[in-house]
Amino acid sequence: MKVIGKPRRRVDGRAKVTGQTRFADDIVLPRMLHMKLLRSPHPHALIEGIDCSKAQGHPGVHLVLTGKDFPVTFGILPVSQDEYPLAPEHVRYVGDPVAAVIAKDEQTAAEALDLIAIRYKPLKTISDPQEALQNPEPRIHAYSELGNIHRLQAFEFGDVQEAFAKSDHVFEDLFFYEGNTHLAIEQHAAVAEVDGEGKLTLWSSTQVPHYVHRSLARVLQLPASHVRVIATPNGGGFGGKCDVCNHEMVVAKAAMLLGRPVKICLNREEVFYMHRGRHPVLMKFRTGVTKDGRLTGMHLQTLIDGGGYGSYGTASTFYTGALQTVTYELPRYKFEAARVFTNKPPCGPKRGHGTPQPRFGQEIQLDKIAEKLGMDPAELRLKSVLKANAITANWLKIGSIGLAECIRQVVERSGWKGRFRKSPFGKGLGLACGSYLCGAGLPIYFNKMPQSGVQLLVDRSGQVTAFCGATEIGQGSDDVLVAIIAEVLGIDPFDIRCVTGDTGMTPVDLGSYSSRVTVMMGNAAIQAAQKIKDQIAVAAGETLGVSPERLGFANGKVFFDNHSLTFAEAAGLAEEKFGTLGSVGSYKPPRAPGRYKGAGVGPSPAYSYTACVVEAEVDPATGWITVPKIWIAHDIGRTINPVLARGQVEGSVYMGLSEALMEEQVFRRLPPKLSGALVHKIPSLLEYKSLTSLDMPEVDTVLIEQEEGMSDPNCPFGAKEAGQGPLLPVMPAVANAIYDAVGVRIDELPITPDKVLRALERKAKGETPRVGPDHFPAVPYPEPVVVPPPWEGGDGNASKGFQKTKLKVGAS
Amino acid sequence: MQRHQQLSLTVNGEPAEVSFAPYKTLLELLREDLRLTGTKHGCELGECGACAVLLDGEPKLSCLVLALECQGKEIETVEGLARGATLHPLQAAFADLGAAQCGYCTPGILMTAKALLEKEPQPTRERIKEAISGNLCRCTGYQQIFEAIEAAAKVMSDESHR
Amino acid sequence: MMRLPWFEYRAPNSVAEAARILDGEGADAMLIAGGTDLLPNMKRRQMAPKVLVSLSGIEELRSNGKSYGAGMTLTQIVNSNAPAALRQAAHQVATVHLRNMGTLGGNLCLDTRCNYYNQNYEWRKAIDFCLKKDGDICWVATASKRCVAMSSTDCAPALLALGARLKLVSSKGEREIAVEDFYNNDGIEYLKRRPGEILTEVQIPKDVNSTYWKLRRRGAFDFPVLGVAAALSKDGVRIALGAVASRPFLVEKANTFLLNRTLTDEVIDEAAGLVASRAKPMDNADLDLYWRKGVAAEFTRYALRELRGDDMRETRLRIARQVL
Repeated sequence: MKVIGKPRRRVDGRAKVTGQTRFADDIVLPRMLHMKLLRSPHPHALIEGIDCSKAQGHPGVHLVLTGKDFPVTFGILPVSQDEYPLAPEHVRYVGDPVAAVIAKDEQTAAEALDLIAIRYKPLKTISDPQEALQNPEPRIHAYSELGNIHRLQAFEFGDVQEAFAKSDHVFEDLFFYEGNTHLAIEQHAAVAEVDGEGKLTLWSSTQVPHYVHRSLARVLQLPASHVRVIATPNGGGFGGKCDVCNHEMVVAKAAMLLGRPVKICLNREEVFYMHRGRHPVLMKFRTGVTKDGRLTGMHLQTLIDGGGYGSYGTASTFYTGALQTVTYELPRYKFEAARVFTNKPPCGPKRGHGTPQPRFGQEIQLDKIAEKLGMDPAELRLKSVLKANAITANWLKIGSIGLAECIRQVVERSGWKGRFRKSPFGKGLGLACGSYLCGAGLPIYFNKMPQSGVQLLVDRSGQVTAFCGATEIGQGSDDVLVAIIAEVLGIDPFDIRCVTGDTGMTPVDLGSYSSRVTVMMGNAAIQAAQKIKDQIAVAAGETLGVSPERLGFANGKVFFDNHSLTFAEAAGLAEEKFGTLGSVGSYKPPRAPGRYKGAGVGPSPAYSYTACVVEAEVDPATGWITVPKIWIAHDIGRTINPVLARGQVEGSVYMGLSEALMEEQVFRRLPPKLSGALVHKIPSLLEYKSLTSLDMPEVDTVLIEQEEGMSDPNCPFGAKEAGQGPLLPVMPAVANAIYDAVGVRIDELPITPDKVLRALERKAKGETPRVGPDHFPAVPYPEPVVVPPPWEGGDGNASKGFQKTKLKVGAS
Repeated sequence: MQRHQQLSLTVNGEPAEVSFAPYKTLLELLREDLRLTGTKHGCELGECGACAVLLDGEPKLSCLVLALECQGKEIETVEGLARGATLHPLQAAFADLGAAQCGYCTPGILMTAKALLEKEPQPTRERIKEAISGNLCRCTGYQQIFEAIEAAAKVMSDESHR
Repeated sequence: MMRLPWFEYRAPNSVAEAARILDGEGADAMLIAGGTDLLPNMKRRQMAPKVLVSLSGIEELRSNGKSYGAGMTLTQIVNSNAPAALRQAAHQVATVHLRNMGTLGGNLCLDTRCNYYNQNYEWRKAIDFCLKKDGDICWVATASKRCVAMSSTDCAPALLALGARLKLVSSKGEREIAVEDFYNNDGIEYLKRRPGEILTEVQIPKDVNSTYWKLRRRGAFDFPVLGVAAALSKDGVRIALGAVASRPFLVEKANTFLLNRTLTDEVIDEAAGLVASRAKPMDNADLDLYWRKGVAAEFTRYALRELRGDDMRETRLRIARQVL
């Protein structure tokens, strides 16, 4: 291959290093006004009255908007359209937007915010899942399933109790994964304009212009054909820009009312309130194993803190359970989950979306299992790694799997065999694995249309322009698009332009989330490029006197033997023969084998796999943790641009380590007798800790590719994702490394020196050398949907005779 | 109180005369009054390094420099790095070696790295890590940034020996 | 974008002129040097002075050859011949950019910090503000009558251990005081600075073997959550603690104990315990407060071992993540 797999300057690289890339806040339009939002200072309250008169009269203020201007709700998922652009009555967290001021500049708008007088009636505040379970009233949302429990789910794939009864060992462990946030360096920003035709255009730093487009039309009651959303290149997303945002709706409406462009840029604190980050999850794992280390069954229970709104929460809840089965052979699996509402910024998708939390628990538990059975953790895993094209207990079909090779690579490169359980006290290695999907199998709103479309313009100049709705968030999607088309057409990537993320110009692509773009956009791109190639081959073949299938396309030429044309000449011939050239490619994922209700979350055209070894040093006197080096091997299928792929893997390792050691989205509740406040403890880049260059270890990265001919048929050139999978194994590997170093278990995140020291103190006293949750509360999980696994006579459907009975209340 | 001040300074080697609101920081002056949006902002409180520029050759955070204090100063931003259309070796290395992913922290790191290489043409990996430790990046994990700075240092050293 | 409030600006050319302006404006005016502490506070509306009196144009504050000018940047301090403790302290302040901007004087006068106070205006409004600014209750210690915001300067503990002296100039005259007499154990009135006074220079004794250890989560950006400075001169050992109270302070108990004692492991251990007993951090900063108190003992051990000549570079690299 000429392009795929070759290191190359990314197509948008030059613009990024010259400062030419236009991010949303860089956009300046004539007569543009500036908007700021007023946010609730109460964690839970009703609005009794708003007086905007002083603000409206403030010099330089053009418009003030409140909840009454926005009667229609929105929300990224159809099942939780529970957000108003501005809260008309009920505010659910400190930071919930309630009013907007549009003024001649930001300074004036900020001054005017202070002039808006709002009377609130505070309501009882629900600060954590325990309180949510105990307080069904006041309801944070009327539509929640049970009191303040937003969502309950239970699925059983095979009788796990029976499996446990027959197991040699059953392990029960509790884990807690604290919430954290994306912390993209670019704050959310959006500019709305009524264009020359009177239609709405919105530029926004968003990962999902298509979903924003649909919501804008609904919320502002405009025909969707008169709305255009342009996703500006994101200065980082990581899932934080995947929701439809309050400020997007409000800025659009303001522009329409004023007939002038309006811009908003959130400040850093507001980004912490926008949040949509990683859900805090309490987990209880019960896992049965045989004495030679094979899993017999797993029962996972989760309790998830959702914050004040639904966001992606229903999907997140499914994700905390769905992917437990795609890595190791697991004959039986039961999964119970509950997401609660609390009066905090809403949680949503952050890199890994619901899967890092259970992965943390699973991979640490496997370490405990290996120790108990006297097995090497790598050997334990190698024994159970799934085979290619397996179907899991919960009816997910995996494709290619290179995990065994990943494990072998990190074991060899880290010197694992000579160091694990053999290092001097205070030094240790930890191993863990992870898996992630390559795009959610189903779109967020049910439809049977393609999930990605690519359109090509090719003409006699030899230029190619590719149009696709996919969004460049830094992950390199523009580069993937160009590379694939360049490879198929045999031309220089530099001869291709791409136009992406513009709902008025580009075919629908659902957006940059769930690692879907390489696979879905890539397949659509291949299809579109192939169609053009076929046309060019026919026309060129006629001129060269060669049958089309014998023509080669490479190095900008179309050739056979010593006959050749330039690509431009060949394209011109095709224009002559077929008229103006253009093609479209589209992609829809294959239907997954699961048929039961709830089977929609988890399926994917393919899955990536990762193995990781972390080296940790612990100072037993202080608990101080140093991570000198991390080895990571990622089953990527096929590398499109190794420079970018490596960057995605290392960036994932960075973020995983940052979450393991220091990231936490935590809240402060003031003494209730003195104040009702429930505030974010640290909404700043200084206090919310993320690794600096001095905190980052050396990372040894290996990309595992499938041999040609063995690559995943669902994937373009066999390429799988690299943006999320490599994050997953890092956190449990850190925990496992600390255990190897000093013999203590930290079963929660983040892992901080004080926790390590506390565990060491317990060890010295002869107590269980562990810090982690001790208790899993009683959660009223429902009767599970019973779905027999493939090897127990199942057909992908729930059992006949299954009825959703009354919710079972009692000890779990 | 005067609602506008005048300022004369040099930006990327060219004289500039600006009229601006006195509460503005250099960051706001650059982005809003001079329309040089290459310099970015992640926090405006000095907590991320995204807004780093060179002020009389020294890397400083433009979000915490009063525009009022820039009279007669020389400011260098990312827009001034290239020679005509030819990228500075740092820019070329960053674009080629994966040091820029989303590109948002990139201008701040480029300017900081430029100052480093002018002071220390052959920095060790440790010195590079220290020099950019005031720039947060959420995308790369920093390793490819270190390598790009080393690669640029080599190119610049080769060029200066010709 | 977070923006500064409107302000008036004065740029005096001399200390005398600056002092006159301060007298004239009274409480409406604040001094600004590097601005790295004041400007974020102004953007968050913790402070909103009507007049900023800039010290950046005053040459005499930078250096006079004999002593250290309060207007020297922290980078200049790092590159100077100052004793190790001060250079190590200055080197670990914030980040390279902020050290190019921030000054020695500014770090010594750094506002006390607390994570109920160092927040944006809207956040503080949501908690009804706090004792330090606009409110009535200290949220860290609700029964406390005084503000317990934390001293967060790195340079001050180092200078305390070194036995430095400060010069303060106002339109009424000048005075020189020991560093320890500059600080007050109160989160609000944390400086014993008379109205209109400007810190102009720092005099540091020579020939002192000294060291500074800073505890923070990351290798850059973060303020100290513990600072241990130690210096050994012919007068004995001086240990100072930072970031465990509203002021930095000498640990008299430990210093007295160490007088005329050889720094054996046992002596160091006992001194470490004495230092830790005087460290009383509050829950207003990063990392668990009981843990921070415990680390004070360990840092004291590192500092004293370093003073007696042990090679502590590996430990220093692990903690500071960079070598000076």
